[in-house]
Amino acid sequence: MSDLEKNAQGVTDELPQEAKEDPLYFNPEPKEGASAHIQSYKAAPEFQEPLGYPGELPPDWKERVLGKMEEMRGKVRSFRLFLDICVKCGACTDKCHYYMGTSDPKNMPVGRQDLLRSVYRRYFTLPGKWFPSLVGARELTEDVLEEWYTYYFQCSECRRCSVFCPYGIDTAEITMAAREILDSVGVGMKYTNEIIGKVFKVGNNLGLPKPALESTLEDLEEEIEEDTGVKVRIPLDEPADILLVTPSADFFAEPHIDGLIGYAKVFHATGAKWTLSSYASEAANFAMFIGSYENMRRIALRIRKAAIDLGVKRIIIGECGHAWRAAYQFLNTLAGPFDFLDPNYPVPQHICEYTWDAIQKGLLKFDKSQNDWIKLTYHDSCNVARASRMGDYPGGQFDIPRNIIKAVCNHYYEMPEGTTREETLCCGGGGGLLTDDLMELRKKGGSPRMKALKHVTEEYGVNKMAAICAICKTQFAKVMPDYGYAVDDIMSVHQLVSNAIILPGSMQEKELMGEDAENAVDAAE
Amino acid sequence: MLTTVYALLFYVAFVIFVGGIAYRIWEYKKTPVPLKIPTTPAPTTRVGVLWRMFKEVLFFESLWKSNKWIWIFAQLFHASLWLIIIRHLRYFLQPVPELIALAQPFGKYAGLTFVLGALGLLARRMFVARVRYISAPSDYLMLLLFLGIGISGLMMTFVTRTDVVGVKAFFLGLMTFNWQPLPNSPQLLLHLGLVALWMIIFPFSKLVHAPGVFFSPTRNAVDDPRERFYQSPVLPPIDQVPQE
Repeated sequence: MSDLEKNAQGVTDELPQEAKEDPLYFNPEPKEGASAHIQSYKAAPEFQEPLGYPGELPPDWKERVLGKMEEMRGKVRSFRLFLDICVKCGACTDKCHYYMGTSDPKNMPVGRQDLLRSVYRRYFTLPGKWFPSLVGARELTEDVLEEWYTYYFQCSECRRCSVFCPYGIDTAEITMAAREILDSVGVGMKYTNEIIGKVFKVGNNLGLPKPALESTLEDLEEEIEEDTGVKVRIPLDEPADILLVTPSADFFAEPHIDGLIGYAKVFHATGAKWTLSSYASEAANFAMFIGSYENMRRIALRIRKAAIDLGVKRIIIGECGHAWRAAYQFLNTLAGPFDFLDPNYPVPQHICEYTWDAIQKGLLKFDKSQNDWIKLTYHDSCNVARASRMGDYPGGQFDIPRNIIKAVCNHYYEMPEGTTREETLCCGGGGGLLTDDLMELRKKGGSPRMKALKHVTEEYGVNKMAAICAICKTQFAKVMPDYGYAVDDIMSVHQLVSNAIILPGSMQEKELMGEDAENAVDAAE
Repeated sequence: MLTTVYALLFYVAFVIFVGGIAYRIWEYKKTPVPLKIPTTPAPTTRVGVLWRMFKEVLFFESLWKSNKWIWIFAQLFHASLWLIIIRHLRYFLQPVPELIALAQPFGKYAGLTFVLGALGLLARRMFVARVRYISAPSDYLMLLLFLGIGISGLMMTFVTRTDVVGVKAFFLGLMTFNWQPLPNSPQLLLHLGLVALWMIIFPFSKLVHAPGVFFSPTRNAVDDPRERFYQSPVLPPIDQVPQE
């Protein structure tokens, strides 16, 4: 039985005493090379070139790598500073979910940074030039490049390490820089780079052209009408006040699509004039994952163009973790200023902000008992937690989704402290790793979150987990079955909203009024 | 002869120390921040950022969240270092300000806690497998350097007293370019030699974490990307971008 299988089956007989007391226990001893064999597929030239990268390793790759590093240390403060100031205190060493899951010391945040730092020291610092072995500096070789490719694609850029570092060193920044360096010499990742190419060509990660999108949305409208008796529109490319940009997984993956139905119902109930765009039919921005400012900007500009073309007043982003970072932290800088939009609303807004605002204004009516069969917990997605905000105060990104959940669900439970809010554990599939060729890593990286989930299942009988990230949802649908859950035990937050919402004139409203009437009769009798 | 060697050594060390740190600060300051990347939840105002930095720099807030043992040893080490530096100001100031005179006994015992802190950090580096894995020889040598400075200093305070009046005369002489003889004591020469070495390697080593932390883009940024437009210093403004 492999370690993974043991993990999955929760075998505890070989574990030390601490393990039985601490539900999140993992063996903290490093095992060198434990995940050295896990490597994602590299991009073929056809996926590199549309992004402006060489198709394969050029003969002068070494000069180019060093030249790129020189360029970046002049252009990106995090790169230069973070490589300089780490004191190797060890605070981050047990904080990465991939280290927890694999025990490979190169998956410790500092271990991962050192893969690049050792080369940086050798070529860009005096002590590294004069006394390389004293300061852990090493030559740049093709093996080093290969090692970079392996381990920089074992990082989900979740920023958990940056919470615990006394200098705020964010391994995500180093990973992004390393991927950009690799791409600059033709060593790219197939999954991320193929997808970015699709966005440039078609408008979304899935490569769904407008006609396919149209028919999907029509089907959804029919489905909603069947369920509720109300004609709820999901407009595409129509002039509107609100442009909704959502991850394209919302158009067809489960449970994402139920979230999209939820947004549509909320917009309907609030009487909003809204639309999707086929040109900007993707909130995800995978160029962020590979640290390419230029490609990130190209994707972000599609949102700007769609907003101008459709003449909207507001931009709202659907449930997606890194997309919300790309939107909240970066959209203005990349594609703004958005002075042509309504200044009364923040640009951009999160769908949860919109829904919570509507709930507070009393615009939405719920029948919470529709979710009574669910005992729910909520997974904070890393980019939402550690790289964004919702509402007008720090930490609103934790409260607003929970506020919505508590407005539509009666049974809600928190996972153990240290695994939620800013210390939340990554799902294991973020940062461009959501590909089948990395399944072993994804399952190991997801194991700390699974342990936390199992804990609340054993303690409170929790049977569903909600998230507001397309990647988290897909990843959990793959990983949770290993731990005895069903594929659909991961839910969208707006799926819960959709379950409980009572649309005006709907069958649900009539039923409820019928019940009320019966109750009134009962009471009268 | 000895006086000349040490006098020159300290001039060189001083220039490298001050010049090197100033250069690093200039370097970090001029390197652009392409996008705003505070680790959230982050303060939404400048004052809030100052408070966050204050907690981080003085109380190691993030380290506290991470690991209580490292926090304890690091605090022992750094807080003691501050007291020791304050105590040593008496060698450079004439007359000695009252506050510094008052701090003397604290500074004296801080020497002990300083060594204790450094020993704790060294023990972690040696015995915790994860920390051992990430340690280069220079990481151990750095701690040994601090231990050497601390222990030689403690020797002079608690074992064989040194001619402190002579030491003060030497340093005031250096500052006024009117050299005075350096008292000849092995502990003192070792102590001062190691301190000079520390000053020389400071700007070239991980010790730049001290000025560097203030420039950390995940800590010093205000979380206001929706409220205030941030023009990236490395990307052309929007009106110069070709539209697709």
